[in-house]
Amino acid sequence: MIGYILFGLVALVAIVSAVGMLLSTNAIHAALFLVINLICIALFYLGLNAPFLAMVQITVYAGAIMVLFLFVIMLLGAEQVTLKSQLKWQAPLAIVLAVVMIAATFLLFFNVQASGGLSPLAPISEDPRQTETFGSPYAVGEVLFGAYLLPFEMTGVLLLVAMIGAIILTRNEAGGMRDEQRAASNE
Amino acid sequence: MIDFLTLTIEAAIKAALMILSLLTGFAYTTLLERRFIARIQQRVGPNRAGPWGLLQPAADGIKVIFKEDIIPNGADKVIFTLAPALTAIPALIILAVVPLGGDVNVFGYRTSLALTSTNVGVLYILAVTSISVYGITLAGWSSANKYAMLGGLRSTAQMISYELAMGLSILAPVMVVGSMSLADIIDAQKNVWLVVYQPIAGLIFIITMYAETNRAPFDLPEAEQELTAGFHTEYSGMKFAAFYMAEYMKMIGVSVIAATLFFGGYRLFGLENLLGGWMGPVILIGKVMLSLLLFVWIRATLPRFRYDRLMDFGWKVLLPIALANAAITAVLVVLDPWWYRLI
Amino acid sequence: MFEQYYPIAVLVLLATVLSIIVVFLSRIMGPRRPTPKKSAPYESGMSPIGPAVRRLPIKFYLVAVLFILFDIEVIFLLPYATLVRELGVYGLIATGIFVFILTIGLVYEWKKGALDWE
Repeated sequence: MIGYILFGLVALVAIVSAVGMLLSTNAIHAALFLVINLICIALFYLGLNAPFLAMVQITVYAGAIMVLFLFVIMLLGAEQVTLKSQLKWQAPLAIVLAVVMIAATFLLFFNVQASGGLSPLAPISEDPRQTETFGSPYAVGEVLFGAYLLPFEMTGVLLLVAMIGAIILTRNEAGGMRDEQRAASNE
Repeated sequence: MIDFLTLTIEAAIKAALMILSLLTGFAYTTLLERRFIARIQQRVGPNRAGPWGLLQPAADGIKVIFKEDIIPNGADKVIFTLAPALTAIPALIILAVVPLGGDVNVFGYRTSLALTSTNVGVLYILAVTSISVYGITLAGWSSANKYAMLGGLRSTAQMISYELAMGLSILAPVMVVGSMSLADIIDAQKNVWLVVYQPIAGLIFIITMYAETNRAPFDLPEAEQELTAGFHTEYSGMKFAAFYMAEYMKMIGVSVIAATLFFGGYRLFGLENLLGGWMGPVILIGKVMLSLLLFVWIRATLPRFRYDRLMDFGWKVLLPIALANAAITAVLVVLDPWWYRLI
Repeated sequence: MFEQYYPIAVLVLLATVLSIIVVFLSRIMGPRRPTPKKSAPYESGMSPIGPAVRRLPIKFYLVAVLFILFDIEVIFLLPYATLVRELGVYGLIATGIFVFILTIGLVYEWKKGALDWE
């Protein structure tokens, strides 16, 4: 019972923050609404008995990636967004896609119930897959270094590519400045 | 339902006590800092309010409450008001997963001196640390002031850079113990402190501690000569005090975490079991006070880093050393030589 | 699970309430006499010049990106850290490859001067 109430509260905050993000005209406000939304997702993970994922969600998404978002907004001086949309076709397309996604969610929800599977509304503790160590760092580690070893190593390559990409993107300015300095120090 | 009620009451009492201790700690750390730094500089320090100046924090508090609350032109009012709160909240909640003592009896009710215990304790600390940069970035941005903006950005860049070295230095003791639960980490140090196994990680953690709390010699963001007061240039009254409250509570918080990870936590060779377990928190407070004295001593002794040197130090010195240390630790733990086993 | 994390929620709630009180205390108790000079942004006593929020050095962006990437590395290493003993040499090799790939990135950054702060 308490579980449902808490879930409802968090879901409400998640929805309100998502709508707030969409409606705010100030990019920094929008980013902060997104932070609240990401923290709500972390709380959902916690509700699903996955504390490790919940903490990672906060550290990486709410902590690191959103700081980058804030920096980018400040970097461009793009706090104020003009309400007039530049892309006329964007709004109708977004509405169509949203309807499709909601329909797909409902379809999945009722399919699972009809096929006698575990109802998404059943308390998480009744799920037979739930054990004492489910979602613990050990369990995550065992899966990560067992079945998912190749994706794990691939992630390393992905991170490397991202690193090189970031440097290439910012290099021109940084390199140029260093050359100037070098020239200045040589004189 | 009864269980839920007991749980709520117990949690509320523990949480309130934790917040009260942090507030008291904050108040008296300011006095300790001013008195101790005065001694180092051959001054007397505040000694008029009450015996030995013990009422000075209260006097400061009353003064600050009645100051005018100024919101500068062009500031984003909502975020300008929220930013000090967003800085204070992480400082207040970071100790939630740290055991502050063993089990004790309170009027026949047996309870542990920890708000809660979880198997992802270390990760909780990293998560709260990563959230704590928002208050400072937003304070700088919302002030509509050039000093504040640059100070906030510099602080944020500094905190995230040193967070990496901090995370890697926490990794090493987790490897040695094989658990992310802080209770397990403390239990592993019954006989020998982890700093003996992990001297480099301990040193790196202590260095990053100063950077994360924006304390000297890493107090660049508020380098008076170039950036006035950094991200809190435009703040006044209790909002200004909130930033200081957060800074001092963070100092206490990281000191507790350093003691827990590397210096045995509330344990001291079995002495923690005295007084029915109540000796544990006393020992922890002693360790924290030593750490706070070190904070003040370093502030009084070391000059401030230059910003480019500070970033270089974080990325080119601390990060590679912490990474190498973690790698060597992993190899040592796998090879398991007799001299590297936990006693 | 619930018993473990519910106390944290209580603490967060209390901390939030306290912080909000602290932030509004001076607004309620203190005087409010704004003047144009007092409300102007502080620029060491000079009249403010230009807007406060302007475009920033791209360097901060690079630091934030590199932070995310290494933060993810630390996060990936944490579950390994709890299993170092159990996974043994197999784990050492698996994680070694991962860390090696990222160390290439670190060396590359260093050589390209991305870690220099100008």
